Formats: sequence, structure tokens, C-alpha cells
Amino acid sequence: MEPIRQIRSRTAVLPYTNIDTDQIIPARFLRTTTRAGLGQQLFADWRYSADGAIKPEFALNRPETVGCAVLVAGRNFGCGSSREHAPWALLDYGFRAVISTEIADIFRSNSLKNGLLPIEVDELTGQWLLEHPGAEVAIDLDSTTLRLPNGNAVEFPIEGFARYCLLNGVDELGFLISRQREISAYEQGTRP
Amino acid sequence: MNGCRVDELRPGAATHGIANMKTMFQKVWEQHEVVPETADTPAVLYIDRHLIHEVTSPQAFTVLRERGLTMRRPDRTLATIDHSSPTRTDQIFGGVPIAIESAAEQIAQLRKNCAEFGVELFDLKSDQRGIVHIIGPELGFTQPGQTIVCGDSHTSTHGAFGALAFGIGTTEVGHVLATQCLLQRRPRTFAITVHGALSPGVTAKDLILSIIGEIGIGGGTGYVLEYRGAVMRSLSMEERMTVCNMSIEGGARAGMIAPDETTYSYLKTRPRAPQRAAWERALAHWRTLASDADAKFDREITLDGSKLEPMITYGTNPGMVVAVSGSIPDKRNDPVFDKALAYMGLHAGARIGGQPVNVVFIGSCTNGRLSDLRSAAQLLRGHRIARGVRALVVPGSQQVKKAAEAEGLDRIFIDAGAEWRESGCSMCIGMNGDTVGSGDYSISTSNRNFEGRQGPGARTLLASPLTAAASAVRGRVTDPRDFLSG
Repeated sequence: MEPIRQIRSRTAVLPYTNIDTDQIIPARFLRTTTRAGLGQQLFADWRYSADGAIKPEFALNRPETVGCAVLVAGRNFGCGSSREHAPWALLDYGFRAVISTEIADIFRSNSLKNGLLPIEVDELTGQWLLEHPGAEVAIDLDSTTLRLPNGNAVEFPIEGFARYCLLNGVDELGFLISRQREISAYEQGTRP
Repeated sequence: MNGCRVDELRPGAATHGIANMKTMFQKVWEQHEVVPETADTPAVLYIDRHLIHEVTSPQAFTVLRERGLTMRRPDRTLATIDHSSPTRTDQIFGGVPIAIESAAEQIAQLRKNCAEFGVELFDLKSDQRGIVHIIGPELGFTQPGQTIVCGDSHTSTHGAFGALAFGIGTTEVGHVLATQCLLQRRPRTFAITVHGALSPGVTAKDLILSIIGEIGIGGGTGYVLEYRGAVMRSLSMEERMTVCNMSIEGGARAGMIAPDETTYSYLKTRPRAPQRAAWERALAHWRTLASDADAKFDREITLDGSKLEPMITYGTNPGMVVAVSGSIPDKRNDPVFDKALAYMGLHAGARIGGQPVNVVFIGSCTNGRLSDLRSAAQLLRGHRIARGVRALVVPGSQQVKKAAEAEGLDRIFIDAGAEWRESGCSMCIGMNGDTVGSGDYSISTSNRNFEGRQGPGARTLLASPLTAAASAVRGRVTDPRDFLSG
């Protein structure tokens, strides 16, 4: 995985709470055995009509969101299923970070493992971001700071080990494999 | 943790010298810490049981191949085919090709992966096959005090046995395949106590829908739930599974219920439960798992079970729920409420009872067990499903199907006008082509009413098997107590 340090981008905004993973990528697109190309189906039922036509009013279909790498959404983003296809689709589409006042547990875990930054902010910051689509924001993972164009800077929480892995392009599997000795000891010393 | 040597934190060792103050979650967690968490690193948590299926595992096996890794403990993993598999008998047993090519490819890939890495697979024709969360308990593969994971958020189901069971993503599936461990930060604990007793016609499904309505769909985020109280004690194992299954719909990755005599008698005769001396040893361990009397939870709520009613969802997440006898709330001008009601084609303040339905789905890992089918069949016996309503009954596993057929439940469903299918996730997720048409109303015993969950444009109302059956007969949302009272 490529190390991540800073992300600067305009924001695309989806002003809804509880955006679930069935919206992020509908289940019928999970019949795949790879992780490639899922960006085409990101938010498929919000982006396209049943006949495949683009819905021009949907935020991601508007010209001003083209190239945005930061998605802002309402509270409890990513709730629902454990499908890792959700962060895969967001990344493949071009997003590098998601900002919300609350991000669902499994989605957050899946995002961190793929280099999509799940950023939780306070209510005031979240509200400001929802009201200012297209705001130019700067995310610094080293200092865990989100800078807004109004001059405000807020710190965001991120699990320390996940942050270390992201900053250094290290993956967690390598770390787990390095604990083989402890795993073997555990297996020998415990219940079957 | 200062001054604690690592081996003092190993299973069976006392920690901190504080006796009688641990929650069940804490006990199970500590017994599985290979390496405890520190400020810098999450815990390395040992995983006893791993369940895999065709949809969320292929990319994990690809990573193993790319990195030249083997599986550490294939003996701790079971594979089944459920999410994208057909439910039509001819496509499973009759030699008719699987209608959806991408589903067939995914199934073929799982077969190949299991053969190559030595994982036991319940293939399409196996009489042990079924929905992953139905077959684990049914086999006795699921046991109290274990850590159990699966690339599926409804893994919380297995918490009904006092296991710590949670859904993981595909990267983590790969971690478990390669190391039998996961890196995890310790979640907080949340006790949900339900006193009293459920009234006739009020089921475990109504109970969990009420709880989600109470805490909200993000209310459990960051927590492991423990369901407690007289109502939980009175539930059968199958009912407890229905409750724990939907923990994730309240945002919690896991929900647990302490094991008791109900749990042990369910497990005793299961093919993969411990036998003879091993059973006695296991039982002695299981009896130590319940939360200690003085255990502290990070959050607690209490509900009165006697006041609960049959429940049904009206919106596009499981927290948007009302009594079947009640009305849709009026929260107009809340954009999320307005968006949900526009999608559902329902009106603020309107009664939910009497709403016409087009489709009835009875099945899923929430309500696809034998007792669920019995309760729906009991209501349907001697009735016909309303004209124009399509009813689909999908057993949770082939074993459930066989048991239901032995009791004649299939005849009751077929005579009433329902379709009786092979097991699988089916119309809960609509990946196999069992879908609800755009704009149609589906009363479903499954777990999610998200937009498009049962097919693009489908409008899902979640309810119990009893409510679904009653609504099937009338063709409209119906309070099942109308039938129970004669």
C-alpha cells in the first residue's frame, strides 16, 4: 500500500445520515471475485435510473464534484453490511477520505485497511462541511488535523496503529505474521 | 497494565486480582488475547471459528496466493454457499445451469479455493448447506465462550450462545486465513436488560425491532451488546439468535446472551458439539462465562418486555419502526425522514395497518429457522394467501428444510399458495435473482429495509414471521393478534 500523509481536495457532499453500504454499492454488484473496477457501481442506484441514464441532480453527477477526493456525509456513514466492496468502490472512484460525525465500525475498519481515511469530526465541523460543498480541505495524517478554508483546524481521532500503517505503507497482515511465535504458544497452551 | 507480565494475562489466569467484576464479553476477550493491546498496538485476538462464503472470501484467497501463504488452521474454518446461490430446486439438484453466470463463477471460485487450501465446504448439493449463521449453530460448530468471525455483518447471530461473534471485511478474512488472528481494539460494553414477559403474538423479532427503535441504528456503534433480563432467559435458542442477529442493525458489531440450560440442551445433541468427557469439561467452562453480579457496563438501558407489541418498519432503515397497530410518525421537514417516506411511498401520520403488500418473504438468517417456519405455518394453516400477493418461503438451511418437510410445513405453505424453495439468503439480499420489483411493497422477515436491499426500487417492511403470515393472508399489513384471538 502507498504511504498516505496529506490529502488536499475539494469536498463532495451527500447530506444524508445513515448512508448504508447497500447504497454505497448495491448487493447485485458483489458477484465478483476481484476488487477491481467497482467505482463504476458506486452509489449506482442514486447515480443512475433503472434504464441506466445518469441522474443529473445527484451530487456525484454534477460537474463541480469531478475530481473531488474527499466525501462528506451525514452521521453514521457506512452502516449495514461488512462488504469491503464499499471502500473498494469509493477508492476506485477516486475518493481518498470520508468525513462524517460518525462512521460505522466495520466500514471504518475496512477503510483503514485499504487506505481510505475515515475521519470523524464534531457536530459543528460536520455541519459546516455539509453546508459548504466544494470546500477546499487539507487532511494531514501525521498531525491528525483537518484544515478548513475558513481557517479552522480540527484534530480527528484515528487508531494509532492503523495511522502508523497508513503513514508508512505497512500492512497489518505482515505484523500479524510477525507474531507467529506468540500465536503458536497460545495454541499450545489453551483449550482446543 | 503496568507491571503485568504477559503470561499473567493468559487464559485462566486472574487479571488485576479483581474477582467477580467481569462482564461476559471481558472474560471471552481476555481468554483470546494472544497479545494484549497497548497504547501503540491493538490486541492480537485468537479466532476459534471462522465461517466463509462465496461473496466475501475470493479476494482474501487471492491475497494468500499472491503472498505465497498457506492457511494456518483450515480445521477451524467452514465454508458454505448461501448469498448468491439459487433457491430453485432444478438449479441445485436438476442439472439446470445456475441462471446468473457471475454467481456460478463465484461459487466455482469458492470450490476451487476450498479444495486448494483444504477447507471443508458444504457444496450446493450438501444436505448440511445453508445460510452461514444458521448452519454454525445447527452443527454445534458454534459454542459458548468462543470467538467467531465471518465476512458477514450478521455474524452477531452466534452471540446467542455467549460467543464473541462479529462480522469482518475481506482483508480481515485473509488475516484469519493466514494467522487465525485479528488485530482488534477492545470495544465498550452495553447492557440491554428486558424485564417482564412478552405478550402473545409478540416475538423475538418484535423485541429486537423495539430495541433498535429505542437505541437507534447507530446507538450501538463501538459497543458489544449484552442482552439480559427475564425476557432473554425465557427465549429459546432460535429466538435468542433472532435477537443477536440484528445487533448490527443497532450499530453494534456483536451482541451476546449468557449461556444457560437452554443453551446446553440445544447443543448437547449437535454433531460437532464436544462429546462425553470433553462435553463435561466444556460445560464446566461455559458455566463460568456469564457476567459477574457486580460487573460494570459502559452503558445500560432497561425495557419492559410486557409493554412490547408486534412491530414493523415503515422507512429505509431498521430504526424507523412502529407498532403494527400504530401510525407512521410525523417528522416532516427532517430531510432523511422525507427522503425515506418518498422512497417508501408512505405518508407521515398514516396508519401502517392496512397498507397493501405485493410480496411476502419468510426466511433469512434472522427468521429462517424451524421455529420461524412453524409460527408462520401455524397462522397460515387453513388460509389462502391473498390474490395477487407473491409469497416466498425459504428455509435457512437444508436441515431446516428437511425438518420442516417432515412436519408437513411445506404442504401448509404450498397449499396456502406460497413458493417453497431450497435454502439460502435469497430475497433478503436479492443477489441470486430472488428480488422484489421496483415500487412493490414487501413484508419481509429479514433484517434490512435499506433502499434497494431486495432489488432496485423495492420497498421493504421488516416484521416477524407471524406478522408476515397474517399480512400474506389479508394482502395488507395485519396485526397477527387478529388471528390469534380467533
